Amino acid sequence: MKDNPYKKYLRKGTLPHFFCPGCGAGQVLNYFLRAADEIELDFDRLVAIGGVGCTARIPVFMNVEALHGVHGRTLPWATGIKLHNPELQVVIFAGDGDAAAIGGNHLIQAARRNLDVTMIVVNNLTFGMTGGQVAPTTPQNLTSTTTPYGSPERPFDLCKLAISAGATFVSRWNTSRSRQAARAIKKALKHRGFALVEIVCQCVTNFGRPALSTSDPVKVLEWIEECSCTIKEASGLSEEEVSKRFVLGDFIEKSEPVFEGSSVYRPGEGA
Amino acid sequence: MDRGKRVLTGTHFMLGNFAVVEGALAAGCDFFAGYPITPANEISERMAERMPRVGGRFLQGEDELCSIYSVTGAALAGARAMTATASAGYNYMQEGIGYAVASEIPCVIVDVQRCRGDNYATQADVMQMRWGASGDHEMIVLAPSSVQELFDHTIQAFNLAEKYRTPVVVMSETTIALMREKLVIPEPDAIQIINRKKPDVPPEEFYPFQAGPDGVPPLPDFGEGYRILHSLNPHDERGDIQWDPDVFEALYDRIVGKIADHRDEIVQTEGFFLDDAEMVLIAYGSESRPALDAVELARTRDIKAGLLKLITVWPVPEKEIRALAEQASAVLAVEMNMGKYAREIERICCGLCKVIRVTKNLGSVHTTNEILQAIEEAGH
Repeated sequence: MKDNPYKKYLRKGTLPHFFCPGCGAGQVLNYFLRAADEIELDFDRLVAIGGVGCTARIPVFMNVEALHGVHGRTLPWATGIKLHNPELQVVIFAGDGDAAAIGGNHLIQAARRNLDVTMIVVNNLTFGMTGGQVAPTTPQNLTSTTTPYGSPERPFDLCKLAISAGATFVSRWNTSRSRQAARAIKKALKHRGFALVEIVCQCVTNFGRPALSTSDPVKVLEWIEECSCTIKEASGLSEEEVSKRFVLGDFIEKSEPVFEGSSVYRPGEGA
Repeated sequence: MDRGKRVLTGTHFMLGNFAVVEGALAAGCDFFAGYPITPANEISERMAERMPRVGGRFLQGEDELCSIYSVTGAALAGARAMTATASAGYNYMQEGIGYAVASEIPCVIVDVQRCRGDNYATQADVMQMRWGASGDHEMIVLAPSSVQELFDHTIQAFNLAEKYRTPVVVMSETTIALMREKLVIPEPDAIQIINRKKPDVPPEEFYPFQAGPDGVPPLPDFGEGYRILHSLNPHDERGDIQWDPDVFEALYDRIVGKIADHRDEIVQTEGFFLDDAEMVLIAYGSESRPALDAVELARTRDIKAGLLKLITVWPVPEKEIRALAEQASAVLAVEMNMGKYAREIERICCGLCKVIRVTKNLGSVHTTNEILQAIEEAGH
């Protein structure tokens, strides 16, 4: 049997992975490794960071410098690492809980500063590891284990948030669109500045069952696909229609100075 | 003064918070992050001015969590990193401090203690610093009592953090932080600098969480090719996450043991008039100042009083306190809170001598007379 060509990038002894059958987190790991392989990323200089949750486990499987285990603080870690050694390449794998709930302000500030890191947000629309509680990304009216009568809250659009906060590369895809997702990650890795790639991802166990009454991964993927549209397709839809969709595509790519610290002294300038 | 010099050798009349900055820079600090909070702001402000001019990085975090986690991130990338805050801000940092303990990340945290919601003097965080972080752990906490000690202890804090691969706290107080006093900064060569141990084997032979008898594993910097997984979760000597109870136990035994087993090397105290003392005062931080005055006054009144000043409040100088309890008729626990460290002293002295609490938390240090009165009452 042919071995997966990206297996060489995995930490020894970590397989089998701990994701549920049908989960998309492993796909995201695959897309990342494909992108990293194509651009010949230097794995000795790579720091991969996960917070807490299922997505946060992705770096644990990679044979790189890795940080794991604190909810929502991926970007503060990255800020310290990147300021002290700008030569390191920092990639964050954050779930939507890490990025949009507990670490939301860190996301806003890192985007505002244009911190030179890549943040891959695996948005499975729920708190998967803890049992399917409502997330700031859960679509309105869907049920979760803490919104048994349907969520009355409006969900976050993380890409819009990142763009308004100042991110210089922002893209969204879903797990069904493997080629586009890998291409977006590749662009993000090559981008200098704050790059956010959101990947809408199926959580079969704890989103599929409570929200869609199915534990069939294909059905959850199909539902995500039905709710998705490209930027071009979205342009022909009403604002209300678009608000119910996962709009896919590269939203922004621009070059801006990157963050070097809150106080930068250049001899001959200022006091 | 040359603001671009790392060590400002000479004699100064300096603010306590500034002395912390100068101590940190003298100790080689090259990363600082802080979030505004009174009465610690002068630390950030001076760092913002000084740090970029000596080749380090300064970050004003969006909150205390950003500050403590950026410090731990920078430390793993190779920095000698520090943050500073005040009581309420320290609450927020507990999460990151717990992470730094469990992942064994050397860093320094300065807590300028203040009263709840206001900036009056207090020592009410002394237990928070010991026990605030979640999970089993030991803490090293130093208690300076003057501007000079703020400088000296900050250097020591960096060295202890690097030596034991653990966060170390400088327990400052409003009193000394916002006071100006004489500060003597030595020549750079006269300042001892201890650096973290680095691996002496190539990555393929390296077990990142395997330690020798000192319990402290070597720590390479990110990017040196060792590709270490730093997880808060229980991990084995390779760094792999393992939930096996034996792995869990071995890890925590080592993390706690590397400090607990080296108490004698870590603990520092200073004794005054203790040789024949029958009334022994135990004080730390700014409270040791009126306590010493009171002891000296008591001696003029033929009371055999003495003072044990704690430089290390955590780990507890247990041996030193017990020896005095065996000698004294009474131990007086002096502190500026409603009686927190007094419990430790009572525990250690239990059955050996009586312990009298000299405690108040009214926003100011004890006066010499208040303490003297307590000594006199204890004699009756």
